Amino acid sequence: MSKRLVEGSEAIADAAIAAGCRFFAGYPMTPFTEVLENFAKKLPAVGGVCVNAESELEAVGMAWGALATGARAATGSTGQGLSLMQESFSEITLAELPLVAFNMARGQGDYFQSTRGGGHGDYRHIVLAPMDITEAVELTQLAFHLADVWRNPVLVQGDYLLAHTAEAVDVAPIDFGPVAPKDWAADGTMSGTGQSRIISPLGIGKRNTPGPGMEAHMQAVADKLARIAAGEARAETGFVDDAEHLVVAFGTPAKFVRYAVRVLRERGLRVGYVRPITLWPFPTEAVAEAATGKRSVLVFEINAGQMVDDVRLAVLGAAPVSSIGGISTDSSGFGVGALLDVEVIAGRIENAVGVAA
Amino acid sequence: MAHGAGVSETVLVRGTVRIDTEACKGCDLCIPACPPEVLVMSTDVNQTGYRYPELLAGCTGCRACLDVCPDFCFEVFKYDRPIEVAVERR
Amino acid sequence: MNEPVLHRVGDKLPLLLQSGEHDLCPGCGEPVALRILLETIAELGMAASTVGVVGIGCYTVFSRTLDVDLVQALHGRAPSVATGVKRMLPDKTVFTLQGDGDMVNEGLQEVLHTAARGENVTCVLLNNGVFGETGGHMTATSVIGQRTKTSLEGRDADYHGYPIVIGDLIARLEGAAYVGRGSVQSAGAVARTKRMMRKAFETQRAAKGFSLVEVLTMCPTGWFVPTAEGPSYMGETLAQVHMMGELKAR
Repeated sequence: MSKRLVEGSEAIADAAIAAGCRFFAGYPMTPFTEVLENFAKKLPAVGGVCVNAESELEAVGMAWGALATGARAATGSTGQGLSLMQESFSEITLAELPLVAFNMARGQGDYFQSTRGGGHGDYRHIVLAPMDITEAVELTQLAFHLADVWRNPVLVQGDYLLAHTAEAVDVAPIDFGPVAPKDWAADGTMSGTGQSRIISPLGIGKRNTPGPGMEAHMQAVADKLARIAAGEARAETGFVDDAEHLVVAFGTPAKFVRYAVRVLRERGLRVGYVRPITLWPFPTEAVAEAATGKRSVLVFEINAGQMVDDVRLAVLGAAPVSSIGGISTDSSGFGVGALLDVEVIAGRIENAVGVAA
Repeated sequence: MAHGAGVSETVLVRGTVRIDTEACKGCDLCIPACPPEVLVMSTDVNQTGYRYPELLAGCTGCRACLDVCPDFCFEVFKYDRPIEVAVERR
Repeated sequence: MNEPVLHRVGDKLPLLLQSGEHDLCPGCGEPVALRILLETIAELGMAASTVGVVGIGCYTVFSRTLDVDLVQALHGRAPSVATGVKRMLPDKTVFTLQGDGDMVNEGLQEVLHTAARGENVTCVLLNNGVFGETGGHMTATSVIGQRTKTSLEGRDADYHGYPIVIGDLIARLEGAAYVGRGSVQSAGAVARTKRMMRKAFETQRAAKGFSLVEVLTMCPTGWFVPTAEGPSYMGETLAQVHMMGELKAR
């Protein structure tokens, strides 16, 4: 395959289908809508199904059913729509179903929702935050792989820029290695055998094939989440070793930060960056290591200050941590505000570290 | 028509039921459901403390009791031909 | 003359039930409806090709004993989950098991949309007009005058609003191919309901569209009546509003 110039929303759908996704259900909402459109256009051609669900509640329920049969399935929305799905996200996580969900967010205000979960009970999603479309093609496919490996939902955290800008990308299937056969799937074939299956968040099993019970099941999921936390954190670092100052940013704004860091390096400022690729598990060790010995750690995010909490928990007082991002939006509320500008970001970094403009 | 105690009578029996009296929760639903009216509630109680149905002669094997029972207490059988049973009627 | 021979005409347990033990109250109609459902699936030869989606209510205890591949859904969400199952497994038989609180309160939009979409699944509603599991509270199908713990003087239309007669509502939707409302108040009613259940699953098997079987079930605990009076109470109250019969057959 060769490179094609495509919008992020199309590349994401292509990557999901390349990963074997055969079911998608979603409800239109800007800036996620085009992701749904592309699944609707492309899934039937590969024998898949895309349902224009009547609500986000129903979309996630449909994905739940498709996943239960053993299919690779996904849903998505903006953070607002994902708020409506949280009840199901929580239960899907406890039912250990490999859901992939896309959040084409309005800005970065959904960091807490994505990493803490807006629903009830003990659960976490793996959260992958691509900085551009090329990376989204890889991380979308990785999302389906990790979801199957861990039997845990994976959220791909994007935004308006990711969905609505275009890049030349080659969407070829990526082999991340084997995953266990889905012998847990409820496909009807065990009905009437005395060994029929149940996919349940409760860990109850059946009379003939009892599950571990609710407490043991919830503990097993908690233990699994701890293993994910210990093993799946991903981050990119740059210019860290000799840096006096560190900037932490994620998603598409991190690409602006990376550029701003290069500009500031040319101006002689010794600044480096860390870009969490997984928002959960948060790359605590990478951030802590990069922050060691730095005079300041600056967090740039397009929100009122959310990831900064995780950065502080990672740095644990070893360096002063402050926010240099903020709320920034255009009049539509969907897109990109004035803050997402290399010179503006560079200026904020300079201002924070005391360089006279 | 028989009158008085100890009068013998012949009843035609077409079927019978096996009742899991320990599974019974004493709801009484089978009693009016029985077309030949040959189920009566016991005076004894089972281990759980519920009264349970007992079968008198005259079952037709229609399985109405099984169909209305919420507790899966009944197993229903039919004879290949009716049998005559002598019973004492009060 | 030979000894008469006994033939079994009624099994203690339906084929697709791992155990008859359950914790539901004496006189509950839900296990009776469950037997109708399970016997129908077995009699139609669909036992090894059926997936069930179970909602949340008293009947959820049967998730542990139904010998059918199951997905446990959230309260109200079963029709959407069933949609996902059916779209991935179009050759399998897919049903939901829901109560009136689940389907008509929490999940009303889900069942309406699933029916309107003509989704080729069968939804089974156990309608007793009360939240049994929480201990006797008013649902969207509780009838006018019905006493519940949240309508102590009886459901008053001015104060609590009117019940939703869900089967009739769904029958009006183009996507609904079969809708029947039966009950388990007598052996005759069970036989009629079973015929409806059979038609509903035959409708799904013929890929004609959405089917609903609504079964009025006794809840003497939630109705605050003796178990033996459950059937007559149903006849005088619930069944006067949620009228039994075949509402649609395509």
